Amino acid sequence: MDSLNSYLVIAAVLFALGIYGVITRKNAVAILMGIELILNSANINFIAFNRFGGMETLDGHVFSIFVIVLAAAEAAVALAIVINLFKNIGSVNVDDADLLKG
Amino acid sequence: MSNLYSLNYYIPELIIICSILLVIVLDVIPSLSRYTFYIALSSIVLAGGVLWNNYGVTDSLFMGMISIDPFSHFFKFIFLLTTFSIILVSRYEKLLDRTYAAEYNAMLLIVLLGLFLMASSTNLIMIYLSIELVSIPSYILAGMLKTDKESNEASLKYVIFGSFASGLMLFGLSILYGITGTTDIMGMNTALTGLEYPLTIYLPIILLLVGFGYKISMVPFHFWTPDVYEGAPTPITAFLSVAPKAAGIAILIRIFYTMFTQDGSVSQTLPLAEINWPAIIAVGSAITMTLGNVLAVQQQDVKRMLAYSSISHVGFMLMAFAILGPEAVRAVMLYLFIYLFMNLSAFYMTIYASNNFNAHHVEDWKGIGKKNPVLAAFMTLSLLSLTGLPPTAGFVGKFYVFAELFKHQQFYWLAIVAILNSVISLYYYFSIVKSMYLVESEDVDEVVEAHPVIKWSIIIFSAQNILFFLYWEPLFGLIEKSISLWGG
Repeated sequence: MDSLNSYLVIAAVLFALGIYGVITRKNAVAILMGIELILNSANINFIAFNRFGGMETLDGHVFSIFVIVLAAAEAAVALAIVINLFKNIGSVNVDDADLLKG
Repeated sequence: MSNLYSLNYYIPELIIICSILLVIVLDVIPSLSRYTFYIALSSIVLAGGVLWNNYGVTDSLFMGMISIDPFSHFFKFIFLLTTFSIILVSRYEKLLDRTYAAEYNAMLLIVLLGLFLMASSTNLIMIYLSIELVSIPSYILAGMLKTDKESNEASLKYVIFGSFASGLMLFGLSILYGITGTTDIMGMNTALTGLEYPLTIYLPIILLLVGFGYKISMVPFHFWTPDVYEGAPTPITAFLSVAPKAAGIAILIRIFYTMFTQDGSVSQTLPLAEINWPAIIAVGSAITMTLGNVLAVQQQDVKRMLAYSSISHVGFMLMAFAILGPEAVRAVMLYLFIYLFMNLSAFYMTIYASNNFNAHHVEDWKGIGKKNPVLAAFMTLSLLSLTGLPPTAGFVGKFYVFAELFKHQQFYWLAIVAILNSVISLYYYFSIVKSMYLVESEDVDEVVEAHPVIKWSIIIFSAQNILFFLYWEPLFGLIEKSISLWGG
């Protein structure tokens, strides 16, 4: 069980770092990196649970593969949106995108 | 059921997949690209026909990945109807860029496929995949006006909030998987019953609520809603305010009812019985509708006002959700179905105002009552329905939600909050009516006709507010049959 615990601790630390990154960063790309950290912490959880949790099937492994694929798709779309933002307002700082409020 | 045999019941989804591919491929061939619009529409009609044929079948497909049942069929008809009318109306919206019309339609069809899977998935993998399949094309659709700064900003805010919320939800799912050892939500019900450390369930439940709360824009996860709704193209705003919200409610109902209830009530053997779950939802519902309504009062932009009003409507739906049980699900589904018509007709009227008068603010709507008396009258009907006044369908929807609260003799305070909220909403909905009829416009009061498609969309959708006030019984019977899977 020791090995499961250490993996879970790593995942929890990554998760916390990801949330910290999303909340404190102003650069849109850095925020997306924080989101990637959150997704990867969940991946570590899935694989650790599957490997050390006494599961009979490979559901956790399959899940993490799907998450990796989706993370790539999401990053592609998000970066395209950030590039478009840079073309329009000349900045990738999320504080500069302040037209909509109220 | 085995994979190959499952395909028999998977035909509506297969039709949508084929039409997505066709639309994308034919767009490249110049002589055929103008047919993509008709392919998209006809595939939706075809899928609807096949779905109607399968109605009432209950089965589990693809080794328990998705389930088809009347409950999911009901929601699928909502999605088909919404997508069909949105694709139709989008063609006549003047602000949209025609160059990308085929891609736009293909994206809407991909979202439709995701919504279909969302309403019927019964496995954590499928739930996560379908939510992302809805979210990712929605980010693109919100930013469809590439050179428009507001649309751009809307899609940026949407993608950051959306992927953050789905990341949190994914972490919750991973812990849920660790606790129960299965990704099947029926298996989770069994696994949770004999849970050794009940405390561990709280974290995944909270994280799941973040994910779903974001999808249905429940306070405090609503921050993206007004910004995205204001910046996105109006047809997309209309679409986002109905279809993904309905899917979010469907998946919320399915997960929480399958995982945490037995025989239609919260199971006492499950660890969840220790938290006062209905009270949490009741407080969330009260905050959601109050905040939505109070913030809507000070809005000048019609789209932004309707965004806040859609938040408050989610509060009303959650009100019935506070009472677990089949009757409450019935009330939510009825409310959702009626909400579709009143909300879409209000948004189509916004499209008419922006197309013909370039009007985005409430004061710009002045004199529409004289310039187009027919549409203004129907808009007034929709706004009456959104408020929940008789004789409109909105009244029937609100009536059933209230009836649930009183029947179970719980949460009388919530009912009082809801009634007060209806009064507040009357104020801001009628600021639009006031602007249309009572404020004099300087320019000549000649009739300005809408494009026939937009005109008839408004009239047909708005007329349902009267129709379902008079004939809500068949609809209610249909919903009653749809939730038979919970022994209702």
